[in-house]
Amino acid sequence: MEWEVVIGLEIHAQLATQSKIFSAASTAYGAEPNTQACAVDLGLPGVLPVLNEQAVVMASRFGLAIGAQVAPRSVFARKNYFYPDLPKGYQISQFELPIVGQGSIEIELEDGSSKTIGITRAHLEEDAGKSLHEDFHDMTGVDLNRAGTPLLEIVSEPDMRSPAEAVAYMKKIHSLVRYIEICDGNMQEGSFRCDANVSIRPKGQEEFGTRAELKNINSFRFVEKAIQYEIERQIDVLEGGGEVVQETRLYDSAKNETRSMRSKEEANDYRYFPDPDLLPLEVDAAFLEEVRKTLPELPDEKKHRFMKEYGLSAYDAGVLTASRELAAYYEDAASAGGDQPKLVANWVSGELAALLNKNNLDITESPVSAAMLGGLVKRIADETISGKIAKTVFEAMWNGEGDADAIIESKGLKQITDTGAIEKVIDDIIAANPAQVEQLLAGKDKLMGFFVGQVMKATQGKANPGQVNSLLREKLKQK
Amino acid sequence: MHTKSLAQLAQGLQAGEFTSVELTHRYLERIDEFGPDLNCFITTTADLALQQAQAADARIAAGEAGPLTGIPLAHKDIFCTRGVRTSCGSRMLDNFIAPYESNVSEQLARAGMVMLGKTNMDEFAMGSSNETSYYGAVKNPWNLAAVPGGSSGGSAVAVAARLTPIATGTDTGGSIRQPAALCGITGIKPTYGRVSRYGMVAFASSLDQAGPMTQSAEDAALVLGAMAGFDQRDSTCVEQPVPDYMAGLEQDLKGLRIGLPKEYFSDGLDNEMARVIDDAIAVFRDLGAELVEISLPNTTLAVPTYYVVAPAECSSNLSRFDGVRYGYRCEDPQDLEDLYKRSRGEGFGDEVKRRIMIGTYALSAGYYDAYYLKAQQLRHLISDDFKQAFEQVDVIMGPTSPSVAFNIGEKSEDPVSMYLSDIYTIAVNLAGLPGMSVPAGFINELPAGLQIIGNYFDETRLLNVAHQYQQQTDWHRRIPEQFS
Amino acid sequence: MSLDADDVAKIAHLARLEISQDNVAEYARNLSSILDLVEQMSAVSTEGVEPMAHPLSLAQRLRPDVVTETDQRDAFQHNGPQVEAGLYLVPKVIE
Repeated sequence: MEWEVVIGLEIHAQLATQSKIFSAASTAYGAEPNTQACAVDLGLPGVLPVLNEQAVVMASRFGLAIGAQVAPRSVFARKNYFYPDLPKGYQISQFELPIVGQGSIEIELEDGSSKTIGITRAHLEEDAGKSLHEDFHDMTGVDLNRAGTPLLEIVSEPDMRSPAEAVAYMKKIHSLVRYIEICDGNMQEGSFRCDANVSIRPKGQEEFGTRAELKNINSFRFVEKAIQYEIERQIDVLEGGGEVVQETRLYDSAKNETRSMRSKEEANDYRYFPDPDLLPLEVDAAFLEEVRKTLPELPDEKKHRFMKEYGLSAYDAGVLTASRELAAYYEDAASAGGDQPKLVANWVSGELAALLNKNNLDITESPVSAAMLGGLVKRIADETISGKIAKTVFEAMWNGEGDADAIIESKGLKQITDTGAIEKVIDDIIAANPAQVEQLLAGKDKLMGFFVGQVMKATQGKANPGQVNSLLREKLKQK
Repeated sequence: MHTKSLAQLAQGLQAGEFTSVELTHRYLERIDEFGPDLNCFITTTADLALQQAQAADARIAAGEAGPLTGIPLAHKDIFCTRGVRTSCGSRMLDNFIAPYESNVSEQLARAGMVMLGKTNMDEFAMGSSNETSYYGAVKNPWNLAAVPGGSSGGSAVAVAARLTPIATGTDTGGSIRQPAALCGITGIKPTYGRVSRYGMVAFASSLDQAGPMTQSAEDAALVLGAMAGFDQRDSTCVEQPVPDYMAGLEQDLKGLRIGLPKEYFSDGLDNEMARVIDDAIAVFRDLGAELVEISLPNTTLAVPTYYVVAPAECSSNLSRFDGVRYGYRCEDPQDLEDLYKRSRGEGFGDEVKRRIMIGTYALSAGYYDAYYLKAQQLRHLISDDFKQAFEQVDVIMGPTSPSVAFNIGEKSEDPVSMYLSDIYTIAVNLAGLPGMSVPAGFINELPAGLQIIGNYFDETRLLNVAHQYQQQTDWHRRIPEQFS
Repeated sequence: MSLDADDVAKIAHLARLEISQDNVAEYARNLSSILDLVEQMSAVSTEGVEPMAHPLSLAQRLRPDVVTETDQRDAFQHNGPQVEAGLYLVPKVIE
């Protein structure tokens, strides 16, 4: 049987506020255990939550960025369960009335196409602390520094149909939250994490299969692998005549498998109800307008502008707008490169990306600045150098030997465009290879390449290839 | 000295008739003498009190004293006090020392008041008789076999026996007004949001409100003025200036419209209690007030509604007491579940456990709509009843409690009969209105209280009405003979 | 509404409360009678009535995003039943 995969993601993005969502304790990562857990974070008796304005601003930015309605009125609710990393015995979250309503986002797929993924909602909530399972006389240690860090939980529609789409979506949200500066996106530190709801159904069937929720996925690679594993597991179960059970499963990256977390499932009755310590959150039009004014150009807007303004393909535009820094680099390079946006795009996503990748560098750490790259492209365009020589120049720039013009000058790489000089070289080569001339004239056209090669070799690649071609043809015609 | 009003005490302090240290000593002696029999204190803080009294004397000497500087008080043991145990009447917090100060105790300390100690209370403020305390039942000074009411029973008793000039209390369903009535003192529960809940151990967050328990409306006006006000640490605290309650006390009551809800005076009301309330109302009529019969049609639904809302909130509020970060932890927990279940099972008493369970049930899957949602809708209807009534009247009056103090043990086996003793006070919390109880007479030598309910943030009028009544009567000056 | 011993056990588990076997029957009786009281709510129709979560219809106030809390771990952990290396210890949690 042919199966169709249905995937929805719940992404938890830690909001990049200075203080916690309901307390004035720091959210900085990596402090000594429990030194950033104040009375509110610890759930001490009698202390009360007060909402951080910046968390509301950031959630609103996200809502605007995905074209969703930012709710004029949303409500904080308590999700009740007992766990050592949950100090109050409930998590303050939003349940029936979240701050961000329905929106959508476009993802780019490898085949160059785009797909719209629906976002059901996004809501504000507080993060839990951490349980450390190292050995303390066979006990677990609880660090509540993370407790109360603001989270935006972004819930997608079950719109993804493959692990690759899930990764593309996760990357897109990752890029977006960094674009709009609401999350640092640091996945090692857990600032950006996701749970995946995975089910399969026979191709063509309308109704969804039973889903499993995969927890604890903290890298793009693991999303793909965890989902892939889970799909195969579910196919095995169904094809073996079994039934998929609705449950939470933990992804174990070391073993590359998912396993049931029955302990957490048991008595899963969260008894949500509106938090009486917090009043309804009201966001009015004026507030939203202020937020809107501070929003940068969004990735999809930028992508469409790049397509229109620079004549790029959807895929190239998508790649170049994956981060604000990359897009800014591209635009600077394009403006320095004269009227050659496509050529600049090829260089940025080609040679430059490859070298950055190889050296594990971020675009902001590139030894070749946008202006330098633009300068190089300009010299290709005005035929000072050929595309081939350009690679040599680029490598020299990467190695810190100066900008394109300086390198061309110092290495004498300037293209030879003087007709007389090229003619002289051609004449010498024709004279030195009478047999090949004979064969060529007899109809062996392939030998044209041999003559071009010889000329280029004689000029150390500096002769203008177009001129070499036409002059060669002319001279040989005269024979 | 111990029968003086706050104004008289302040005058004596300012005039140098006595010092705060002397005054404090006097009350500490009374607490030593009478406290143990009444069991109204959980903790006394003599050393701290004397330090604070010395500081107050210095302020007075420097001419920097306010009207409350140097006057002793007692706090219900629900208010967190830095460095002093805050037990909330529970084994769960028997060893809990808060490293922070509640807003109420902080503001009163700033006004220069001197803390004598922390008063006994029903465990986590859940009870109407002060029998659920881990520290034992509190005795009514008018009859040691009777309950003082609850949950602020220790505070009510301490004021009634004049072991402190004033005390703080909290009121979630009547916990200031009902013990005030049963002990013959004055108590006011302000409008929800008038006083910050910061540092006050939560029972039911949308109902809890702190207020003063005093000898008179005048004293209450003075203390409430110092307790009330905006606090940015409590999201539900209202950003609204605090009026000068003292300034409004002398307003005459001519033309005051008093609403008498027919539901409060129905066949169910005890004859003797009806007589006490009728007599009190006659005083107001003589003062020129106009009596208007009104209806609060959903009155009988208040108790059932409350016993969903309050337990639901408490079931969640009390989840933090889990034996992990503070408070009681059971011996040798076998595993995490055992730690939770035994710490909570052993740390909480029966009434607290019952309410947690009722609330857990009312919020659980499949029951939420029938219980919690329904209760919230009824809460709206109950609150609308009051809104309509306040279109016709300025204040509403009736009994505070259906009866005077019952005997210790009389209702403790039957939670529902205990719950019904709050039948007249509970609706006020559901609506968030201010309510007050003033002594209005005696039945079988036990005090009875008149309840006065006001419109939102109309504490000035409540205190004015109560004060005018107290100018005509002396019920509030009666002190149980043993303690006079 | 009448709760039996099983119901009491389930609710007690959800609320993480140990109720000794000897007391279950009494709890069942008391909780049932409280629920009987509560069920008087059904006497009135509330169709279309907006639920009321707060006494005052006000909106949430927002706090500026400023860190003002300082490290008070020692003071807080003074109340901790079992603390080591700055961590609160609990019996081993198995995931």
